Order: sequence, then structure tokens, then C-alpha cells
Amino acid sequence: MTEVPTPTPIPAAAVRALSLLALLALWVGAAALAGDRLILPQPWSLGAPLRDEIAAGRLPWHLARTLVRVLWAFALAMAIGTALGLVMGRRPAIDRWLDPWLVVFLNLPALVLIVLCYLWIGLNETAAIVAVTLNKIPGVVTIIREGARALDPGLAAMAAVFRMSPGRRLRHVTLPQLAPFVAAAARSGIAVIWKIVLVVEFLGRSNGIGFQIHLHFQQFDVAMVLVYALSFVAVMLAVEWLVLQPIEARARRWRGA
Amino acid sequence: MIEVAIRAKSFAGGAVLRDIRFTVAPGEVVAILGPSGIGKSTLLRIVAGIDRDFAGEVTRPDRLGMVFQEPMLLPWRSAAANLMLVHPGLGRAGALAALTRVGIADRADLFPGQLSLGQQRRVALARALAGDPQALVLDEPFASLDPATGDEMLALTGALIAAARPATLFVTHSAAEARRLAGRVLHLGGRPATIVAGGGDA
Repeated sequence: MTEVPTPTPIPAAAVRALSLLALLALWVGAAALAGDRLILPQPWSLGAPLRDEIAAGRLPWHLARTLVRVLWAFALAMAIGTALGLVMGRRPAIDRWLDPWLVVFLNLPALVLIVLCYLWIGLNETAAIVAVTLNKIPGVVTIIREGARALDPGLAAMAAVFRMSPGRRLRHVTLPQLAPFVAAAARSGIAVIWKIVLVVEFLGRSNGIGFQIHLHFQQFDVAMVLVYALSFVAVMLAVEWLVLQPIEARARRWRGA
Repeated sequence: MIEVAIRAKSFAGGAVLRDIRFTVAPGEVVAILGPSGIGKSTLLRIVAGIDRDFAGEVTRPDRLGMVFQEPMLLPWRSAAANLMLVHPGLGRAGALAALTRVGIADRADLFPGQLSLGQQRRVALARALAGDPQALVLDEPFASLDPATGDEMLALTGALIAAARPATLFVTHSAAEARRLAGRVLHLGGRPATIVAGGGDA
């Protein structure tokens, strides 16, 4: 360990940028060491294949297919997982019955569920989305259940005394209390789902980023694998920064006020 | 009209209340006085219909307003929205009128976290009275306020009750508060607690 002599702190954004630059430098160094563009191409040599794929319309098309699957699985897993988590968190009797199932599904490898869905449902879109959804539901349930257990009994009493309708109670009393937990589930949900979607496509779809990676893997085309993988990572980071974080900030507005 | 006839109420730890009978007529203010931990809040939760696990009968009107020990506002909704969500028929104008009556209309669009405890209690009082309640239940509504604010709230509550005239049941551990606000004082005592003085129907 060496002491840093200057105590002036570097701004967080600058640290983030420098850290990413270091990663890029590592890539450049490793590519130089490998000295073979078939094993690891230099970052700048990906520009040309990226332009070609976009110009041919292949990259946008496969990206769109994957995004649709991500959205479907995300919406289904969040809706079903939130409902189940709420019920299990509020009703200990139901929780005792369903908890062992939850443990089983939490510990079932994603690959097993994917293969079984393809075998039982068929090599189709339904099987792909069901497989991803089933993989993510247990995680959502676990997080939402914690939130449902922590609901304020005082606010529930208030809602009961003033005879708030079930719909109003859910929207204005229960869901705002669950919001941090829903946000956490959505965060970890989207991160896990898009990775599983790629595996699902890799194993049994004829389009999507996962399929393209499979195709170029069979041709040992590292550059194309990187082009597809990195463009999807870029899209998911954009979703995180432009969609998820603003929604979270809005839901937390009353705390900072 | 509130009619209470509780034979017994117990928790896992043992019996808390026994043989409590009284009525509160429309326009009447009845205070329940007793030391901390005697079961006053338990009694109030039964009267308000929050706790239904007891032996006996309680009748209460349909429109019931309540002020809790804590303000119990929705922290993610503005003061005005807190009134409108609980009373859908009120509308923004009605909510503002109700906040005007408790003297904080200028705070209508602030979140509860931006209000002082005294102001939050005013919103809670406005919420309880905004639905034109036939019965009003107050659970230590002046607890943890400084003496001046508490005194102000006590006067305000008395004036609003006198104007709306609901059947009011009011729990406190302060004899002075009880005397100022209530027409009749019931003393709760013993273990399990029952009415030791002031009982029966007026």
C-alpha cells in the first residue's frame, strides 16, 4: 500500500470516466499483446463491422427482437412477482405454503428452466418468454415480500377507519410504501433478464442478439461477437440512465422535499 | 351516537379490558382518562372498528373521523391530496376550505415532511372533520406538542367540534385536557381495565 500524497478528492464523475478509460486501455494493451485480430481485435477496428451491420439493418433488427423479449419478460415477471410477493408478505399462512416453492425455483439453474420450457412448450416465442419470466419471478417475489412485511400498520388502520376503497388503498397507501422495493426488484430484474434472454436466444431462437452471438461464435468471429454484445450493453445502460433512474428519482421526490 | 358494550378484550399477554359500557350522544364530547398503558388506545381501536377481536358489541355511525396519536398522513402526498384521497367527494376546493378552518391553507401543496409536527396534526384534524363525520374519535391528539402549540390545538379542536357537533370520544392522560374539552369524563383503571368513575349513561 502506498499513501496518496494529495488529499484533494477527485469528483465522482471524473473517477467513473477515468475508470472506464482504464478498462479501454486494458483492452488496447491486451489486444496489442495478443497481436491477432482473430483473438482480440483493437477497439477501433470494431467501427467498420459495426457500421456494416447497422447499414445492412441486421443489428437494429436483432436488437429490436431481443428488446421485445426483454420487455415482455420484464413486464410479466414484475406483475406476477409483485402480486405474489404482496400476498405472501401480507398472509403468513399462504407464505408458509408457497415459501418452499420459492426456495426450489430460486435454486433452479436458469439453464434447466430454459431447456425444460423448450422441451415442454416447443422451440417458440412463448417458451422463450415463459422461461425468462419463470427465472425472474422468484427474485421479484423475494424482494417485494420483504417490502410487504414492512408495510406500516398505522397507515392501514387509517385507510380502514376512513373506508378508503381497495383500489385507492393499493395505489396511494400500499404501492408508495413498496416503491423502493419495486425499484430494487426492477433494477436487478432488468439486469438479470437481459442476460437470460441472450441465453434463451442462444439456445433456441433464430433471431435476436443471442442468436447472432451464437452464429458468430460458431464462425469464431470475435469481432462480431463483441459488436453485438457491446451494442446491447450500450442499449441497456441507456435504459438504466434514461428510464429507470429518472422514474426512481420521481418516485422518491417526496423524501427530498 | 356511539354505543359501547365490551365484555372482555385480551391479548396474548392476558386480559386488557373488561365490562366497559357507555354511550356518546350526538354533539356530546366524552373523555377517557387513565394512566399510560392502561388500554385506552386499545379501547379506541375497538370503537373505531380497527380491532374487531373482542367480546361484546360496539355500534358506531357510518361516517367516522379519527385523529391518531401520530398524524398518520401519507408522506408521499401533499396536505391537500391527503384530504382528497380519504374523502373522494371533497374536491380541491373542499380540501382547501378544510385546511383553511385549521389555519394552514397556505401549506396545502407541501408534503407532510415539510410541515412541523403541529401543522401535521392540524392536517390530521382537518382530515378527520372534512367528511362531516357523525362520530369523531381522538387518540391523544395533543401528545408530544410543546405547551403553547398544544394549547392552541386544544382551543382549535374545541371550536371545530362545537361547530360540527359529532359524537366525540377523546382519549388522554391529561386531566386538564379532559376537563377543557369534554362534557363528561370516564376514568379507566384496574387490571383488566374498566370504568372506575363517571360511567353509566348521561
